[in-house]
Amino acid sequence: MKRYLLIAAAVSILALLPLFLVPVYYLHLLILVLIWSFIGTSWSLMGKFGIVSLGHGAFLGIGVYATTVLWNFQGLTPWIGIPIGIALALLLALLIGYPAFRFRVVGHYFALITLALGEVVRLSIIAARNITGGSLGMTPDRVQPPTDVSWYALQFSDKRYFYVIALLCWLGALLIWRWVNRSMTRPALEAISEDEVAAASMGIHVTSHKLRITLLSAGMTALGGILLGLYNQYLNPSSLSGISISLEIVFLSIVGGMYSMLGPTIGAIITIVFRESLRTYFGVSLAGMSESIYGLLLIVSIIFMPRGIYGAVETWLKREPPPSTSAGADPDPDPSS
Amino acid sequence: MLKLTDISAGYGAFQALWGINLEVKTGEAVAVVGPNGAGKTTLLRVISGQIAPISGQIIFEERNLKDLAPHQFVEEGIAHCPENRRLFPKLTVEENLKMGAFIPSARNDYANRLIWVYQLFPQMLERRHQLAGTLSGGEQQMVAIGRALMSKPKLLLLDEPSAGLAPVIVMHVFDLVRRIREEGFTVLIVEQNIQQVLELVDRAYLLEVGTVKLDGTAEELKNNEFLRQAYMGL
Amino acid sequence: MALFDFFLLEAIINGILFGGVLALLALGLNLVFGVVDVIWIAYAELVMSGMYIIYTLHITWGWPLLLAAPMAIVGVGLMGLVVHRLIIAPILDTPPINQLLATGGLLFFLQNFATLIFGADFRNIGLSLPILQIFELYISFSRLLSFGAAVLGMIGLYLFLSRTYIGTAIRAVAQDREIMSLMGVNTKKVYLITSALAGAMAGLAAILLVLQQDVHPFIGFSFGPITFMICVMGGLGNLIGGFFAAFIISQIISIGSFYGSTELSYVIAFVLFIIVMFIRPQGIFKRNT
Repeated sequence: MKRYLLIAAAVSILALLPLFLVPVYYLHLLILVLIWSFIGTSWSLMGKFGIVSLGHGAFLGIGVYATTVLWNFQGLTPWIGIPIGIALALLLALLIGYPAFRFRVVGHYFALITLALGEVVRLSIIAARNITGGSLGMTPDRVQPPTDVSWYALQFSDKRYFYVIALLCWLGALLIWRWVNRSMTRPALEAISEDEVAAASMGIHVTSHKLRITLLSAGMTALGGILLGLYNQYLNPSSLSGISISLEIVFLSIVGGMYSMLGPTIGAIITIVFRESLRTYFGVSLAGMSESIYGLLLIVSIIFMPRGIYGAVETWLKREPPPSTSAGADPDPDPSS
Repeated sequence: MLKLTDISAGYGAFQALWGINLEVKTGEAVAVVGPNGAGKTTLLRVISGQIAPISGQIIFEERNLKDLAPHQFVEEGIAHCPENRRLFPKLTVEENLKMGAFIPSARNDYANRLIWVYQLFPQMLERRHQLAGTLSGGEQQMVAIGRALMSKPKLLLLDEPSAGLAPVIVMHVFDLVRRIREEGFTVLIVEQNIQQVLELVDRAYLLEVGTVKLDGTAEELKNNEFLRQAYMGL
Repeated sequence: MALFDFFLLEAIINGILFGGVLALLALGLNLVFGVVDVIWIAYAELVMSGMYIIYTLHITWGWPLLLAAPMAIVGVGLMGLVVHRLIIAPILDTPPINQLLATGGLLFFLQNFATLIFGADFRNIGLSLPILQIFELYISFSRLLSFGAAVLGMIGLYLFLSRTYIGTAIRAVAQDREIMSLMGVNTKKVYLITSALAGAMAGLAAILLVLQQDVHPFIGFSFGPITFMICVMGGLGNLIGGFFAAFIISQIISIGSFYGSTELSYVIAFVLFIIVMFIRPQGIFKRNT
């Protein structure tokens, strides 16, 4: 009971935060952290079961571009565009996931296939430059007549609207994470990530389990991309699809700790705060500095803390035999297989 | 030459050997026999340094081999011809032999040893440029033994050279082992084919669930009631 | 319609020339995969580093190009060694995806470290080689040169792998790593040598690319992904398969760009890759190291 009160208190503080403070810039950071936490959490749904996708940029990109193109060229409200964008991402996930899991494409090979997928989406967006603006990117048209708050176009000049939306999505992602973690599929998926053949012989339908979790993750990631597009009001193929952004999603989840519910969130906080503060204090003269350190941090964390920062802290706190905390122990210390 | 004292070993939590004592003298041929899962292969792997024992000592030529890395055992003079032959299937016969002569002392003498091994196994000469994976089981066994001989070991470890071979070929392989003995090599051989191997060796050890159950000269064991009943069906 | 389309022929020839460089790139990556069983996701970034080594030595420090270029081979070879020793070796026994991700961290580091030092500008070594004209065909000399060097590099590697003890051991490790210690071979040392060799191949590729292209920190993205696809299609670890796959892919890209757009031809190549993976996960060519 006490725990729920605590959670409720934390959530309401987060929800009420924008009413009191906060300089716009910090609100901006918070929104970015929330959206990236949302995306990272979506990725880690797959990652923690050993399904390592290096192509989540594909889902990110296809969702947001579909939504925006429909809005700019058909005048279709995002309320309809978003489901379409997500549906396209699901279709893409199905097209890749079904054969991949069916034919047991795992490990390296799955990672490389998804990497190719991310590139396919990025290059397709560039190739369709007539409608997407190619590598220069595109801007969603302003709603006509211009207003400060348009629920129809989901365009808000006040960042607080986005803050609340992002907060809700993030909370939703955490709930989904928890649900996946507790539901029937968990032991099954864990068995799969340990040993696929053994899992199959235990009567676990490997393909369908993996596919379901992949669809879930892809759909959520597409929504995350749409959030980014709506919030930034700018779309660029290389910052929304392709290898670079896909790797960033992977890394923030891993650095934070993909086996813990709040791991990717920690990863997003660290990544964004770190990058932004270096950018603020050192300006562009040190462009690349924060990411260089970030790269090193990644290497070090994979070598020394395969469960990520959150996981490492958790392990350190729980050196004594753990009491029954959330849904029992995580899978063994090695990430994936 | 080789003396194991109280060796225990295993893999992770699983212990396969419990306090083994074993000795091989220079020029001897010694067999280790026993049922599947008795720890015979583990024993050879301990002797060739593939796994470090949990406890006990390996003394080889008056030296304790405790601190050597696995790949250094060959240079000490222990060659191990592993279970299932384990040739490099995509290398030619000659390249496989070349790998057997990887250590510096063997490399310097490579040409001579190659000739010597080809004299020992003339069939290999015809097949020298064939990929090892395309050879028959018996031929592969010859290459595997030849590869182990390329380092001119003081002690040759053979792990079930007859496994998976047709009876005629098995006889042939045992003939080969006999010839290797006559060349003056000291041999430690693991076999399930107890009756035949006892014809070949001077002494033997019977391993059961990781311990030495019996040991003695080949003659003694051949006449041992327990061994005859339990393992030779006599 | 002309009996003979010179532009198409040009596209095909350029495809072959490009394929040589891709084949070289794939070779290094494949070597590491086949032997150490690790995918260096930062392989293209090692090539980028090599290009900057040449740029720095030649343009900034004024070394003659003929001296600066080989330093890329040495420098990136050393980097390969360091990558294995510091990043891969400590996690060699953990799930393979960890190694891939750790080199992903290296990718980020190298890209951004290059940005930090050199900025995001495009830089070139200011060398312009003539365009050759053969009848009505125009062929870039630098491409021809790099194709030739790529072929030489591959022959050199082939001789090394087939003639030397350590080269044979490298191939043997790829087939059965567990019994190498029975041969008296220190596998760790073979891994190190292989990594250095793969680095050196990346260094050679850097020389070839710097002759044709401007270098910038993110250049790896333009040929990195396609290199992975080539390796996998050829059968990861299969040097000969990778060689042929490089030419297939480069033809698709070259002819595709001729008829359509460059992006679309890459899309076709990637989609083809994905389909091949589903049909033949072991690659088009059977593994044969």
